[in-house]
Amino acid sequence: MQTFFIVLILAFGFLITFQIAKASEYVAVLRGEEKARKQTNRINAFLLLAFLVVGLIGVYYCNERLKGKILGESASVQGDKIDTMLYITLAITGVVFFVTQILLFWFAYKYQESDKRKAYYYPHNNKLEIIWTVIPAIALTALVGFGIYYWFKITGDAPQNAMQVEVTGSQFKWEFRYPGRDGVFGKKYYKQINPEQNNPLGQLWDDPYNHDDVITSELHIVVNKPVKLIIGSKDVIHDVGLAQFRMKMDAVPGTPTTMWFTPKFTTKQMVEKSGDPDFVYELSCDQMCGKGHYGMRGVVIVETQEEYDRWIISQKSQYSQAHPVQAPQKTLPADTTKGVAVNLNK
Amino acid sequence: MSNEANLHGHTEIVTTHEVHHDEHHVHHHKETFITKYIFSQDHKTIGKQFLITGIAWAIIGGLFSVLFRLQLGFPDQTFPILETFFGRYAKGGQIQPEFYYALITMHGTVLVFFVLTAGLSGTFANLLIPLQCGARDMASPFLNMLSYWFFFLASVVMVSSLFVSTGPASGGWTMYPPLSALGDANQGSKLGTDLWLVAMALFVVSSLLGGLNYISTILNMRTKGMSMTRLPLTIWALFFTAILGVLSFPVLLSGFILLLFDRNLGTSFYLSDIFVSQTGQALANEGGSAILYQHLFWFLGHPEVYIIILPSMGIVSEVLAVNSRKPIFGYMAMVGSLFAITILAFLVWAHHMFVTGLNPFLGSIFVLLTLLIAVPSAIKVFNWLTTLWRGNIRFTPATLFSIGFVSLFISGGLTGIFIGNSTIDIHLHDTKFIVAHFHIVMGVASFFGMFAGVYHWFPKMFGRYLNNTLGFIHFWVTIIGAYLIFWPMHYEGLAGVPRRYLDLSGWHNFNHFGELNKMITVVSIIVFAVQLMFIFNFFYSIFKGRKVRHQNPWGATTLEWTTPIRPGHGNWTGEIPEVHRWAYDYGKDGREFIPQTEPIGKGESHH
Repeated sequence: MQTFFIVLILAFGFLITFQIAKASEYVAVLRGEEKARKQTNRINAFLLLAFLVVGLIGVYYCNERLKGKILGESASVQGDKIDTMLYITLAITGVVFFVTQILLFWFAYKYQESDKRKAYYYPHNNKLEIIWTVIPAIALTALVGFGIYYWFKITGDAPQNAMQVEVTGSQFKWEFRYPGRDGVFGKKYYKQINPEQNNPLGQLWDDPYNHDDVITSELHIVVNKPVKLIIGSKDVIHDVGLAQFRMKMDAVPGTPTTMWFTPKFTTKQMVEKSGDPDFVYELSCDQMCGKGHYGMRGVVIVETQEEYDRWIISQKSQYSQAHPVQAPQKTLPADTTKGVAVNLNK
Repeated sequence: MSNEANLHGHTEIVTTHEVHHDEHHVHHHKETFITKYIFSQDHKTIGKQFLITGIAWAIIGGLFSVLFRLQLGFPDQTFPILETFFGRYAKGGQIQPEFYYALITMHGTVLVFFVLTAGLSGTFANLLIPLQCGARDMASPFLNMLSYWFFFLASVVMVSSLFVSTGPASGGWTMYPPLSALGDANQGSKLGTDLWLVAMALFVVSSLLGGLNYISTILNMRTKGMSMTRLPLTIWALFFTAILGVLSFPVLLSGFILLLFDRNLGTSFYLSDIFVSQTGQALANEGGSAILYQHLFWFLGHPEVYIIILPSMGIVSEVLAVNSRKPIFGYMAMVGSLFAITILAFLVWAHHMFVTGLNPFLGSIFVLLTLLIAVPSAIKVFNWLTTLWRGNIRFTPATLFSIGFVSLFISGGLTGIFIGNSTIDIHLHDTKFIVAHFHIVMGVASFFGMFAGVYHWFPKMFGRYLNNTLGFIHFWVTIIGAYLIFWPMHYEGLAGVPRRYLDLSGWHNFNHFGELNKMITVVSIIVFAVQLMFIFNFFYSIFKGRKVRHQNPWGATTLEWTTPIRPGHGNWTGEIPEVHRWAYDYGKDGREFIPQTEPIGKGESHH
């Protein structure tokens, strides 16, 4: 019923608008088309100026209302660089925005049709055109320069001491694999994937490096310690989006990708900083992956080294879960840890 | 003139110099209803066919956006009426996820390809190229007719895909595999996607037939005296648009064909290492690259946004010059910047792929090339501003839409500098910031150019005017609405809210934009209603609009206004006029305007 009334009101409003519009044309004919046209011309010129003024106020108001709702300080060292770049760009484009918009609407208002003025025949001016080719070119060179500088810093190789976590997306969840004590990920092959037999990532059990690998559903990382994510997907393209850290990388089936960053604040520090007791870092899927895309959420916990160590030790290796009888935790081959101890976190 | 012979049976027009001949006397061969209105080879009729089909598509595409905005604005409310119309897709009056993704996919596909490519260049290239170049029709009127009918066929297939039981394609308008290749992973990737691909293939054929025709007409069939540098900027813009289309659509087609193979013939172009959890099956495909598709797609996909915006730029340049009664400022710079944009358009595609794992060095090259596009774009904006400067501006609805276009192009163009820079794109990629950016600069701005064109050339198309008052309401509501919808959306993107999320309630950090999303939804419904009003105005005015009584109602210099008010097939009743000057002699030597057909007078100043 309600819908019906809304439709009725809309139709009615439309009918009235249309009748007024039609009548205004008849009135224009009666009053002399030229005169009526000049009047609407003045009205529209005024409205353009009003639109500029109200629009600029709107830009300010919108910023006041929403600036507190964007993310606040970046939670990663690399994210700070991205924010700096964002502000440099904002400053340059902001100036251009205000200058050009004001000129556009001001010119439209100022040079509205008038019997007193003749349009000025001004087909070109090479000097002017060179000026506004060169100035944007310089501004953009600066932006490209800064941009590429930060880009290489962020996408360059991860530091040697970075901890490594493997992230795997699938419809519609995230799984994280830690290399365990040996610091090396065991081999895997997608045809071995078998969630029922506790092998969700297709680990090859005859590879000893696999025996201590841990799979979790939450991403735990250590504050102030670089972390390198090795990203993959089981089915379609997903994307590891870490808005607070300003990081993002696609998860592509068949083509592993990587990204690394250094978290600045633990989850607890963020709770204090934001004054929000429920604060949590979230991992969002940013590449459309099917009907559950909007709910493909992961939780990231940033903690101190001690907290992390306690947590990782409490995790059972996937091998032990897949082989409950044959491989109790104690009998893990100890010799594999020696050769690769460099990669260990402690 | 070679183009005279082109229209068989029209050779007699050349010899009859009686301008007072009634229009229908021009047509000595018999025209039935079918040859005149349906399988017509007259470029003007084909243009109108493109426009009207485009309008039908715009209603569908726009309606889809209203539906998914309802979900975004009011995620916890139910709308029983939706269940009435869409059944299980809107169970309990709530839009189901599969349906939501089908809606956004079709919204994107329809508006990008069927409205803003076919409906925009299809309409104005067909209408304006022969009229403004001084030709009786296109180089090949028959291929031109086929171009429309392939588009129509593509439309039929696309519409039919909306009605299959597994639903239409729902992999996003970019149709990235593996999602779009695996029916088991996604409902819409079953029959819906095959139909989508077939429809798009037909669309590419249509676009190529049209594009080749536009290029050959512009190069070969200009009237005497119409050198390339005397062409109006609309023609230059349509020329570069056609070149972009002809060179990049085939690459898209190849990408689609490989996808069809992967879907139906068991090939592995895009598929590798896939385990589908719905079926618990590991697929046999190995060694393919999902990223290959993205390269093929964006090799058209990026030029495509210029295919959409260039015609609007041309229309806006023309309309602003005519209505500020001044020549367009920096004609050669305008042509040069169109050319630069065309070249660069081919060299920036990978900026859509900064976070796919692309080699960072390659990424940096694409940053450089992408931001370079801002230079010709800036030249265009400054030239438009200078065109307005010291003019004597008449605010017709077309002028207003052109000014609106420039404003939107500035706003949306500047946000492009953010995301074209790979560093910032890491954060903003696939967020609402992207949605806001491309809707303003490519979606709404191009629509503004299209509206400007419709208001400006409606008198030429139908011999009647659109209602001005409705035109003004249309403009003001649309521009205010467009900014209200898309300006605050940038903030959502800065907060990291991903695009293509239909419900944010499960997220701690994204769930504080409820009020904003409501506002955006309400405004978009109002804006959609006003577009319906425009469409009403359009059809009403075809039959009942004020009649055009003056051959040249806007006082323009270009050739289309030297034809009769309602030109027949062949356009000019007498000889095709000869051209003696460029298209922008407005306000020269104290004269209001000098038509292109007027010989250069003695002592006339040089520009």
